[in-house]
Amino acid sequence: MSEPLLDVANLRVRFPSPGGPVEVVRGVSFTLGRERLGIVGESGSGKSLTGRSILRLIRPPGIVTADRLRFSDIDLLRAGEWQMRRIRGARISMVMQDPKFSLNPVMTVGEQIGEALAVHKRLPRGQMRRRVLDMLEAVQIRDPERVFGLYPHEVSGGMGQRVMIAMMLIPEPAILIADEPTSALDVSVQGEVLKLMNDLITRKGMGLIFISHDLHLVSQFCDRILVMYRGRIVEECAAGELDRASHPYTRGLIAAVPRIDETREELPVLDRGAWEEAGA
Amino acid sequence: MTSAISLRGVSVSYGETPVVEDLSLEIAEGECFGLVGESGSGKSTLLRAITGLAPDWTGGISLFGQARGKSIDRRFSALCQMVFQDPYGSLHPRQTVDAALSEPLTIHGIAGADTKVPAMMAACGLDPRFRFRLPHQLSGGQRQRVAIARALMLSPRILLLDEPTSALDVSVQAEILNLLKRLRREQKLTYILVTHDLPVVSFLCDRLAVMRQGRVVEVADVAALRANTMTHPYSREMVARSERRV
Repeated sequence: MSEPLLDVANLRVRFPSPGGPVEVVRGVSFTLGRERLGIVGESGSGKSLTGRSILRLIRPPGIVTADRLRFSDIDLLRAGEWQMRRIRGARISMVMQDPKFSLNPVMTVGEQIGEALAVHKRLPRGQMRRRVLDMLEAVQIRDPERVFGLYPHEVSGGMGQRVMIAMMLIPEPAILIADEPTSALDVSVQGEVLKLMNDLITRKGMGLIFISHDLHLVSQFCDRILVMYRGRIVEECAAGELDRASHPYTRGLIAAVPRIDETREELPVLDRGAWEEAGA
Repeated sequence: MTSAISLRGVSVSYGETPVVEDLSLEIAEGECFGLVGESGSGKSTLLRAITGLAPDWTGGISLFGQARGKSIDRRFSALCQMVFQDPYGSLHPRQTVDAALSEPLTIHGIAGADTKVPAMMAACGLDPRFRFRLPHQLSGGQRQRVAIARALMLSPRILLLDEPTSALDVSVQAEILNLLKRLRREQKLTYILVTHDLPVVSFLCDRLAVMRQGRVVEVADVAALRANTMTHPYSREMVARSERRV
């Protein structure tokens, strides 16, 4: 693999609580090249916080520490707030879960996508509009001229998520962090949105961090998978080799998902005590 | 076998917009019937019409031979209850588990909440120490257990399940699906399960109907789903999509 885009070593995120600080991400290390990396875990496993700490989006009182948090040649831990603002969106961007809550309700779709570009690059008005329309077309919105002038409440969930993706990709970042980008969407639209993301990512040679709770989906979509449990990476494997996963948690997760030709009378439930005591 | 739910030519609309059109189904007592389809296909709306939450319907809905009227009817509430998708939204944030589970009894003038609440909590796998907790002190899976327990307080014979596990993690989903399966066996319940997740149907249901744009395109045995022998092209497309999503 070439020089990694992102290098994370021993990342920790702590929050204070009445009973002393709680460590939510506990020593996560990984590198990301020009590939699709999936981070899978259940709620509370720390997967979203891992994604957010890369962009330094964890606010006080949360504390982020790491031995290394580098993006190409920039040390993200030492970068000033001013420098971070130039990285966010332009070099590393993030697609959130629910378009309903992440788009500005009082700005038209076109203005919002344009703004994402304007923050990082000055362009004449006409050229800007052209770029936005091209981007809307790239995310397969059929009538870009019309959608340009719509407000977020006037578009469907699937279209809203495409708008988000357009907004995140228009500054042509090197890394896209997608935090459950499709879980608010209908199964039928999910496939389209993923395919689209995949096309744009491979065409531009970007790195993708795909955060999801859906093991099955991640194994189909990504190249490499990290399984997180309670703030730690418990397993790392190539996506195609998920069925050979060895950690009991990963195996438990796989077994707990019903299959379409399901004949088991009862689904196996995770026995958390079994490996936690072993200190995994 | 007696028919538990009988729908004859049911159409439901929200204002001018028709959502379910001319739908007829017979669901037998003790059966678990899956309703699948994409968002907007009218599957949740149909459940809302059966429970009385969407009163703008025409046609005939009867439960165990009794025709349902348009207004809220206590007899039907005691017969048929609903569990909603989002356990974060369906419980009152300032009501303790005890209050949530006692309320149906109070409304229906049934005594003995003191023994019935802990018994139902035990049946739904909730630890007794949760009895006086508030929803925000519970995990998602525990909240969905509370919602199921609340639906069962009046000993209904029919449970309408609207995506009961889609807001939950897979390991928690497995627990809730096992619970639903066990409760159905123990209490001889009839289920309608609305979902877009075909494997869940395969695990829990006996038959399923595929809905599209307010109409049923196919009714099939779950065996046909498992063996992928459903006949309508739309059903086959759904199965294919569920297998291979990218």
